[in-house]
Formats: sequence, structure tokens, C-alpha cells
Amino acid sequence: MTLRRFNRALLYVILAVLAIVYLIPVYVLLVTSVKDLSEVTLDKMWALPSHLDWYGYKEAFRKLIPNLTNSFLLAVPATLLSALLGSMNGYILSKWPFRGSRVLFTCMLFGMFIPYQSILIPLIQFLQSIRLYNSIPGLILVHVAYGLPICTLMFRNFYVGVPPEVLEAAKIDGSGFFGIYRHVIVPLSVTGFVVVAIWQFTSVWNEFLFAVTLTTQKQQPIMVALQNLSGSQIVQWNVQMAGALLAALPTLLIYVSLSRFFIRGLLAGSIKG
Amino acid sequence: MLIPSLVLIGIFVYGFIAWTGFVSFTAWKSMVKNMKLVGFSNYALLFQDFRFQSDMRNTLMFTIMFIAVTMVIGLFLALMVDRKVRGETFFRNVFIFPMALSFIVTGVIWQWILNPTTGVNLILKALGIADVPQWYTSTNIIPRIQLGQIEFGLPVAIIAVAIAAVWQMSGFAMAMYLAGLRGISDDLREAAKVDGAGEWKLIRKVIIPQLRPISMSLIIILAHISLKIFDLIYAMTGPGAMFVTDVPGVYMFETTFRGNNYAQGASISVIMLLMVSLFIVPYLVSSMRKEKM
Repeated sequence: MTLRRFNRALLYVILAVLAIVYLIPVYVLLVTSVKDLSEVTLDKMWALPSHLDWYGYKEAFRKLIPNLTNSFLLAVPATLLSALLGSMNGYILSKWPFRGSRVLFTCMLFGMFIPYQSILIPLIQFLQSIRLYNSIPGLILVHVAYGLPICTLMFRNFYVGVPPEVLEAAKIDGSGFFGIYRHVIVPLSVTGFVVVAIWQFTSVWNEFLFAVTLTTQKQQPIMVALQNLSGSQIVQWNVQMAGALLAALPTLLIYVSLSRFFIRGLLAGSIKG
Repeated sequence: MLIPSLVLIGIFVYGFIAWTGFVSFTAWKSMVKNMKLVGFSNYALLFQDFRFQSDMRNTLMFTIMFIAVTMVIGLFLALMVDRKVRGETFFRNVFIFPMALSFIVTGVIWQWILNPTTGVNLILKALGIADVPQWYTSTNIIPRIQLGQIEFGLPVAIIAVAIAAVWQMSGFAMAMYLAGLRGISDDLREAAKVDGAGEWKLIRKVIIPQLRPISMSLIIILAHISLKIFDLIYAMTGPGAMFVTDVPGVYMFETTFRGNNYAQGASISVIMLLMVSLFIVPYLVSSMRKEKM
């Protein structure tokens, strides 16, 4: 019995230690971001600030606000569009299968695993030719196109769970393809939309390769601006950390408030629903 | 209604891949577009290239390390959290939250924590360790075996990158394993206990084999992330001295967009695609076969 209690205590100690280790980067981030410039020195990285100083945040905010705006203008429409298309595709693939639909679906899924470097050069030429290069709408198009596989997959797996009887009943009531979608499927898939939207928003917000290659200067989303901020030697470390926090905040807030859905999305990415 | 999406994917995925493949056989090596075909010469040059050989070594080492450590830690965390602990949600959320961050943010933070002049090394020095690790600035390779242009072995610098990557991804492995653990029936555990299996034996003989499908999925997902990794390394270390932390993703980016060597960039990306496909295509085909619609 005592051994059992000891084991239990040990379990909590290990978990607590691990939790602390995982939170170390957060500590560094928070502590450094509110330090006075004179206190951000290499030898005092772990020390708490003597007083709260908001210079880092003011400076980071001033530098990053246009890019934060860009990221919102990019991530919100891209998320909505890919969720909408994904749900439509998922509905068709799960409820109206046709000859070869499985093969098509698999070919679609391939698109979510490819290294995007392998489509980047033609993508740039293509966007230039339709005059969407270096623009937020261009990036939206790109994120919708490459977000389709995962969104379709998530919705398909979600709709597979909708019992066929529900559809049959709607068919008997005279609903057609769109009627069933609007009156049966959409109301049933609120959770699905939340999961997909969280997933897609987080991916688009955090994405870097497209952002850095398809935009310049004023059009750049937040992650590129953050990277530029830390890439330049003149920028102070507290500003960098404040910037990193600002850049991470939207997705972190979503995670903290909706972690259950976030985790579902995480697991849905692994093909089997 | 499926048609617009199919067209989009047809062009953006398959069409563009074909075009990249074509570019990789051309002499387009500057701002001026040159579509003269040169056969496999871009690939031949790459395989003799010091930087590309380094990339291959680094990717191999990083992938092995990253997958193994992420899975072991993920399984460990899952087994701990699964023991009906109080505050389960809290612990789970702490271990998974790095997944909500961008690799760029992770790179920016870990660059400081593993900076040899500060961060972790301050703690190590306080503990009395004089010979502190050089982390991502180390140019050491263990062991140094001359192979082609490069010295083969584990570049010490890549360990630092792997630490950051494991920090970010181990929560994902934990979440997958937790889902798997919930699927193992209590009867099975009880039966094993009745047979006199201890805790450790239960894990080894019952739980790990039961989690095999999850482990397979994890290997494939983590491998494809690792083979195409770019952001984290770009933000954290860059190519590194003697290319000790360089990977194909970074090389492709720099040669294409900084050096305007489009043909070489295309060749690198085709090789990346082939490496990823090696894992992904069998996975996709087998999951397509398994599912009856």
C-alpha cells in the first residue's frame, strides 16, 4: 500500500517536472518581453525583471501591427473558404460515392503531404501571370488550394459517422443533393466546422514558406515579419520576445479556449478518422 | 460540385509538380529564363555537391533522432497522463500547446535557450560544468567518416534543432498514443495482470503491440514533417557553419530565391518530393485499400 502511494507521488513529481520543462520557453518569452533594455543581457536570461517595462511590447506592436493585420486578412477568408469547400467535398465523398471516388480522394490527400518546395517555382510564375503575386488574395488562393485535402479529409471522416438513415429520411421527404446538404448535413456539422476552422486558421497563421516567397514588404504576414525582426542584429531581444508572443497570441488563445477541438483536429490529420 | 476542387488540386498539385520536374531538367540558372534541356546534369551536380551531401546526412540523422525521441517521449507522457491523474487536462494541455505555435516562434525562442553564451549553459555552468556544450554552433561530427565530399556521422549541432522539434511535436505523439490507449480494453489489461504480468511487462507485451498501428502512423507523419523541415531551421540556426544544420528545404530556398538558380532549386525539391513519397505513397495506398466505402 505504501509502495503504491509512493509510486503515485513519484508519478506526480515526474509529471510536474516535465510540465515545468515544457513551460521553460514560455517563461523565457514572458520574462524577457517585459524587461528593461538594460536588463536583457546574456548572463541574466533567467532572472526576473526588477520592474515591468512595456518598451518591448510597444516597439514590437508598432513594427508588427501591419503584418498582424495582413495575417488576419489572410487567415480568416482562407479558413472560411477552405472549410466550405472541404465540407462540400467531404459530403460528396462520404455520401455520394461514385466509381473511382476512392482513388480520386487518395490522389487529393497526396497534396497535403508534398513538400511545398516542389510546387513553389511554378506557383510563383502562375501567380505572376494572373497578377496575384505579392498580394493577400493570392496567398488566400494558395492556402485554399493546399488546404483542400486536409479539410476534405476531416469533413469526410466526420460525415462517415452520420447514419445513412438520416439521409434516407430526407430523401423520402423530397430533399435533393443540395437540400440534404443544407438542411441535414450542415446543421449536423457544427463541431466539424469548429474543428476544421481551428485547424486551418492555425496552419495558415503559422505558415512560413508561402508567406516568405509569395509576398514582399507591406504584404508580408506576421511570421515573415517576426523572422525579419529576429534576423536583424540591431533589434533588441526584449522586442523580439514580445514580438514572438504577439505573433503566437491568436493561435494560443484559440488553443487555450478550445483545446478539445484543437486536439481533435490534430488527430484527424492522421488519415484514419 | 467536386469538380472545382479537383481542378484546383489537379493544377496546383499535379500540374505544378510536373512543371517543377521539367524545370529540374533545364539550364535555368539565373534571372533569365532558359528552358534548354540539360538532362540529369542538375541532379548529377547536386550529388557531388558538398552542401547537398551534408544536407542528406543531416536529414537522415535529424529524422532518425527526431522520430525516435518524439515517439518515446510521447508514449511516456501518454502512459503517465493516462493513469487517471488529477489535473489530467492541465498536463495534457501543457504538453500539447507547443503544437499551436509556429515553427518560427519555436525557432526564435529556442535560438536563445540553446545559445551557447546564455540559456541552458548558464544553468550548466552554475551546476559546475565547465565544458558546456556548444549546441547549434558546434561543428563537431561524430564519428567523422570520410564519405564522398563530406564527413559522415551525427552533426552535434543538429541535436539542438532536434530538441526544439521534439518539444514542439511530442505532445502530438502523446495525443495520438492517448487516443490509442483509450482504445485498449480494460479486460485485456486485467487478463494480463491475472496472468501475473507486472507493470513493465504489461506495457511491453500488451500495450506497445496494441499501439502498433498508431506507431506506424506516427512514424509516417513525423517522417514527412522531418524530411521537408524548413521553417524551424531557417528561424533557429540557418545553414550553420560548414552546413552542419543545413537541410534540403533550406538549400532549395536559398539557391532558388537568393541565388536565382531555379533549375537547381527544382532538382532539390524533386528529390525532397521523392523522399517524402517513399513514406507517404504506401501509406495512402494501404489506407485506401483498407477502407471499404
